[in-house]
Amino acid sequence: MPEEVVVISGKGGTGKTSVVAAFATLAKDKVLTDCDVDAADLHLILQPRIVHRERFTGGKKARVRPDLCAACGKCEEICRFGAVSMTGPGNDGVKKTYAVDPISCEGCGVCVHFCPADAIAFEDSVDGEWFVSETRCGPMVHAKLGIAQGNSGKLVSIVRDRAREIAEREGHGLILSDGSPGIGCPVIASLTGASLALAVTEPTLSGLHDLRRVADLARHFRIPVAVVINKHDLNGDMTIEIERWAEGFGAEVLGRIRYDQVVTRAQLAGKSVVEYGDGAVSKELAGVWERVQDVLSRG
Amino acid sequence: MRGEEEAKGMIVAVASGKGGTGKTTIAVNLAVMLSAEGEDVTYADCDVEAPNGHIFLKPRLAEKIPIFLTAPHVDPDKCTGCGRCGEICRFSAIVCIKKKVLTFLELCHACGGCARVCPEGAIVEEPRQIGIVEMGELGGLGFVHGKLNIGEPLAPKIIEEVKKRIGGSWAILDAPPGAACPVIETIKGADHVLLVSEPTPFGLSDLEIAYEVTRKLGIACSLVINRADVGDDRLKRFAESRGVPVVLEIPDDRRIAECYSRGEMVVDALPEYRGRFVAMFERIAGAQACPKR
Repeated sequence: MPEEVVVISGKGGTGKTSVVAAFATLAKDKVLTDCDVDAADLHLILQPRIVHRERFTGGKKARVRPDLCAACGKCEEICRFGAVSMTGPGNDGVKKTYAVDPISCEGCGVCVHFCPADAIAFEDSVDGEWFVSETRCGPMVHAKLGIAQGNSGKLVSIVRDRAREIAEREGHGLILSDGSPGIGCPVIASLTGASLALAVTEPTLSGLHDLRRVADLARHFRIPVAVVINKHDLNGDMTIEIERWAEGFGAEVLGRIRYDQVVTRAQLAGKSVVEYGDGAVSKELAGVWERVQDVLSRG
Repeated sequence: MRGEEEAKGMIVAVASGKGGTGKTTIAVNLAVMLSAEGEDVTYADCDVEAPNGHIFLKPRLAEKIPIFLTAPHVDPDKCTGCGRCGEICRFSAIVCIKKKVLTFLELCHACGGCARVCPEGAIVEEPRQIGIVEMGELGGLGFVHGKLNIGEPLAPKIIEEVKKRIGGSWAILDAPPGAACPVIETIKGADHVLLVSEPTPFGLSDLEIAYEVTRKLGIACSLVINRADVGDDRLKRFAESRGVPVVLEIPDDRRIAECYSRGEMVVDALPEYRGRFVAMFERIAGAQACPKR
């Protein structure tokens, strides 16, 4: 059974993807995933070569057939999501018909079920695409959510399931997952069943506020939490406050990474920080990776 | 939300794609400067999963409103195990297995389908609190934010409730990162999207996605380039190629990062930036004729 480390943050922009890219270079024998399906960035460092791609259908959308609509208004009356309005073209019977806004449509199918004229089609919604790729750091499963599409949580689940299949089939002991910011549906979908939630945080009031929320989320799903404090030298007092919080919460702090423009330079060069050079930040990241492995081996 | 008579006033949503580019920094400082110029402004924090605006604005909170979704409760005495509820549910929130009904309340999207379809009237939709909305003010600047309860998956309902409580003429909506449902819910209906990004590969990639979202929703946008001296010029060239006006550039000023880390407003700690926020707003308002609503 492969272990899975999921890198989350609560707050955006703390350095999740940079940390995952560094670990990808350091770790042996793993499958990588990018679970940040609506704003994926890991591919910009790992330059994946796609070997398999599939369309993702997260659900369905309702669409009123204007030729069949009798404009009774039942759909608008029962839609809980404000997705239906009388903005469709007329037909032989009525001057205007009802229409569903696909962006607001939740895909619940209630209007479809209750339309007295059976005038509403319920069609698969293509919400994005997922990919299995090869990289210089091993296999990677990633995805792209369609613009203004929903069901990101489902797409994340598919990405993780495919990674697990590959890990089991090819005998990789680890799955390393780049998560997304926040605490909602895609983050939940990336955390469930993980071996470790590694929270990348920054020494700011916002960072600590959001770290608490995502740590509580991981605990809610009984996932152990460890922390790495990125850009720690921006605020020494906040770094100490985070460490105090972590001790009280029961999360291990696996290291501190200093702020350094080399992180951006590596990104511009399309390399992980560790590949780009062997300065202080690279050493700090390597140290954190050692400690992640310790935590995993302790079980 | 606002009367038909009002000709001035805009809803500006501050979004980015990439997290950590400076949405909240821009949104709170812009809101404060606009309010200081005498405008009637509300700052609405729509990042209900990880709201941070209150850390900087420190508003006097006056009202706390619980927000509910509903979820199905099945009366076992009336239920015949026909399974129609499970058939209509698209979210696996209610399933019927071997004539027994199971519910998974957190998955419920509150569409009402199961309750409507049950032939025995055995299903009642009970309210279930999923978070809160809080309202307040700071010296004339209106404040509203939402907080999704930990473990709840669905942010959009809370965001909708935050947006309902915007008052005054101008609203600055602080969007969450990314481009998924919570961002769509925040941005839809706005007059203008102020995109905030940084000139790095991640910043550009996610900004392209956020830009496509504004295209799909048909909303005018402009761009703030934060940490403008750290990367390359591809972000600027992308904006130029799409006709997106760059309304503000902020250098990679470590002092901004440090005051941010302490929860301080840029316009208070570094007053030399005040004029830039006002000028930015004039450019946004100029870049877009205020629509009569």
